Amino acid sequence: MQATRDFSHYVKDAGAGLSHIDLAVEGVSCAGCMSKIERGLSAMPDVTLARVNLTDRRVALEWKEGTLDPARFIDRLAELGYKAYPFETAGAEAAEAEQSRFLLRCLGVAAFATMNVMMLSVPVWSGNVSDMIPEQRDFFHWLSALIALPAAAYAGQPFFRSAFRALRTRNVNMDVPISIGVILALGMSVVETVNHAEHTYFDAAIMLLTFLLVGRYLDQSMRRRTRAVAGNLAALKAETATKFVGADEISQVPVAAIQPGDIVLLRPGERCAVDGTVIEGRSEVDQSLITGETLYVTADPGTAVYAGSLNISGTLRVRVSAASEGTLLAEITRLLDNALQARSRYVRLADRASRLYAPVVHATALLTMLGWVLMGATWHDAIVTAVAVLIITCPCALGLAIPTVQTVASGAMFRAGVLLNSGDSIERVAEVDRIIFDKTGTLTMPELEVVNAADIPEDVFSLAGQLALASHHPVAAAVARASNAKSPLVRAVEEPGQGVRGYVGGIEARLGRPSFCGAERLANDSVNLDPEASTVAFSLGEARYLFSVRQGLRPDAPAMISALQKRNITVEILSGDREPAVQAAARALGVSEWRAGVTPADKIARIEDLKREGFKVMMVGDGLNDAPALAAAHVSMSPISAAHLSQATADLVFLGKPLAPVVAAIDFSRKALHLMRQNLWLAVGYNLLAVPIAISGVVTPLIAAAAMSGSSVLVMLNALRARRVAHGRS
Amino acid sequence: MEVMVILVPLALGLGLVGLLGFLWSLKSGQYDDLEGAAWRAIADDEPAREIPPD
Repeated sequence: MQATRDFSHYVKDAGAGLSHIDLAVEGVSCAGCMSKIERGLSAMPDVTLARVNLTDRRVALEWKEGTLDPARFIDRLAELGYKAYPFETAGAEAAEAEQSRFLLRCLGVAAFATMNVMMLSVPVWSGNVSDMIPEQRDFFHWLSALIALPAAAYAGQPFFRSAFRALRTRNVNMDVPISIGVILALGMSVVETVNHAEHTYFDAAIMLLTFLLVGRYLDQSMRRRTRAVAGNLAALKAETATKFVGADEISQVPVAAIQPGDIVLLRPGERCAVDGTVIEGRSEVDQSLITGETLYVTADPGTAVYAGSLNISGTLRVRVSAASEGTLLAEITRLLDNALQARSRYVRLADRASRLYAPVVHATALLTMLGWVLMGATWHDAIVTAVAVLIITCPCALGLAIPTVQTVASGAMFRAGVLLNSGDSIERVAEVDRIIFDKTGTLTMPELEVVNAADIPEDVFSLAGQLALASHHPVAAAVARASNAKSPLVRAVEEPGQGVRGYVGGIEARLGRPSFCGAERLANDSVNLDPEASTVAFSLGEARYLFSVRQGLRPDAPAMISALQKRNITVEILSGDREPAVQAAARALGVSEWRAGVTPADKIARIEDLKREGFKVMMVGDGLNDAPALAAAHVSMSPISAAHLSQATADLVFLGKPLAPVVAAIDFSRKALHLMRQNLWLAVGYNLLAVPIAISGVVTPLIAAAAMSGSSVLVMLNALRARRVAHGRS
Repeated sequence: MEVMVILVPLALGLGLVGLLGFLWSLKSGQYDDLEGAAWRAIADDEPAREIPPD
């Protein structure tokens, strides 16, 4: 049964007899790659478009309908040295891209208006101290109004909408004072223009919008980039399932195209990509990605299997079920829903600041107005001064204080291998004083590795590796990886459930169960040494060797755990695995607090306990069983190899094998929170200096414009410091 | 000062042309790949058949 690859699910009709497909490509990093790929693909007949997007690391392809199989593009890219896989834009990502374009349009309009209004304002400012006649000034004011009013109505939409949403739910966010300030400044300026007055604030209002839109756009584009990378990584996992399209006919289809009720084939060594029930076959299944339990589970007809479990020995036929049918999944889903509901509504720093800021500023403006009236000024003059206070208090610096730091910090974290799922996670990570790690797949590597490689002669090892390449068994795969063997042994025969055998120079070589290789005694002796590891025996003629295979710790785990402890963070392990396995890992890492055999509900209970004691808990986990705990914790993190549900629940996702990104996330977040607070104080300090001037009524539009841009630039420059953290800081 | 009757509309018109140019470039997808665009400018030659995406 030879499976064909079927990518028709991803092919879109581009009209005019053309087909379109988007591919995520790994390793595109420079201009050289870009032209190499574009030339390589354009050279294929009937391809009408091949365009690389270097920012998103994707290729868009179009070709004459029905002439090419999309699988050929992937083969062609593999020949060029790039791994690629079809990509389907997720709804959230498409929405982000649209939002990003909208912000850029607003920014374009606001910037155009600012430049042109400034062009009219500067002559007015200089004319006021020289010889400008009032008619000319009025003319310039009217022109400014003509430009600024429609531009503000359009470019202010992101702020007005957000402010309206907040007010409707009886909340205050930063956009409320911004919107009030802009609308009042524009309204007053129109009245002043009608009354032939000397000062208007069209320039200040529109410049405020421009500066804030720059901050919004940067923030948005960083988020979009993170999401694009996460989308690519998901696509490049190339999750396919072998689906029965006839009684004996199978086809390799992307998981996205699988429906409940379909029957899929699961061969030894394959990771199940769907949830379902076994209908035929018998095997052992590694469910560690789901439950954290490293012992294999026996699967026969009627057993439920979940996406992420690894088939070990036999071939299975699985009927795909709808996601929530499984008992384990249903339980986890229920816990997750509860945890998400109970997730404390975290109030962002920006919103906390604006809750303080808005009433203070608006009260100051009101008092200014009343004060001037009491002192005998006309209502008109009092209102003009009050509006000047609102403008000069400039939510500009406040509005930029936090998003700019967030943008810079998330860029730095992105380079350190951390992707942010939620915007406020930086603030929450910075507060963490306790980290709970899951063991399997988080502290340990998701793949098996050979523990005793040093005990085995090199030539024997590479021979065993060659033999192992002929097998699909995951334990054999670990031996093959560790030996760096490139080509399988010719004419090696796999005996299902036993092992592989072949001939090397006339001598029989066997790799498999100890009994298959006649190495029972050796195996009995060594079981005492490492009870956690699976053993695989290798025989060559009369010689017998034993490989000990287990999930190893992440290479830098001990160093990173002690780095975390140095930062005054208590580390704890909560695992669904058996006690000896957890104990061994805890001892190797120097972690004194650990619990084994923990259920998803227990994990939540432990986190709730710690929360009640006042700890800010970060949960780091990958299994499906961790998902509810990830949602319950103050902030959560998952490795990129995690189960889908966990990855979607976690606030941050880290890439690669090392654990270093966890420490980097803590460092960058702490620095970022420090800078955010500093920026807020800078904005407050600026206001303390500027407000008395505004209250005294001597502010001119020139002073307002200078103060506003000065404070914004100061805050932005300070935010740039979030790019670096001091290493080795305790 | 009659010259302002020409200069002011001229300045605004030029600004408007700039804005429309920006909106057009945004619409035609020129900001979708900022990193790639930076490199394309210094690439030796463009691949043979190329149609910009809509």
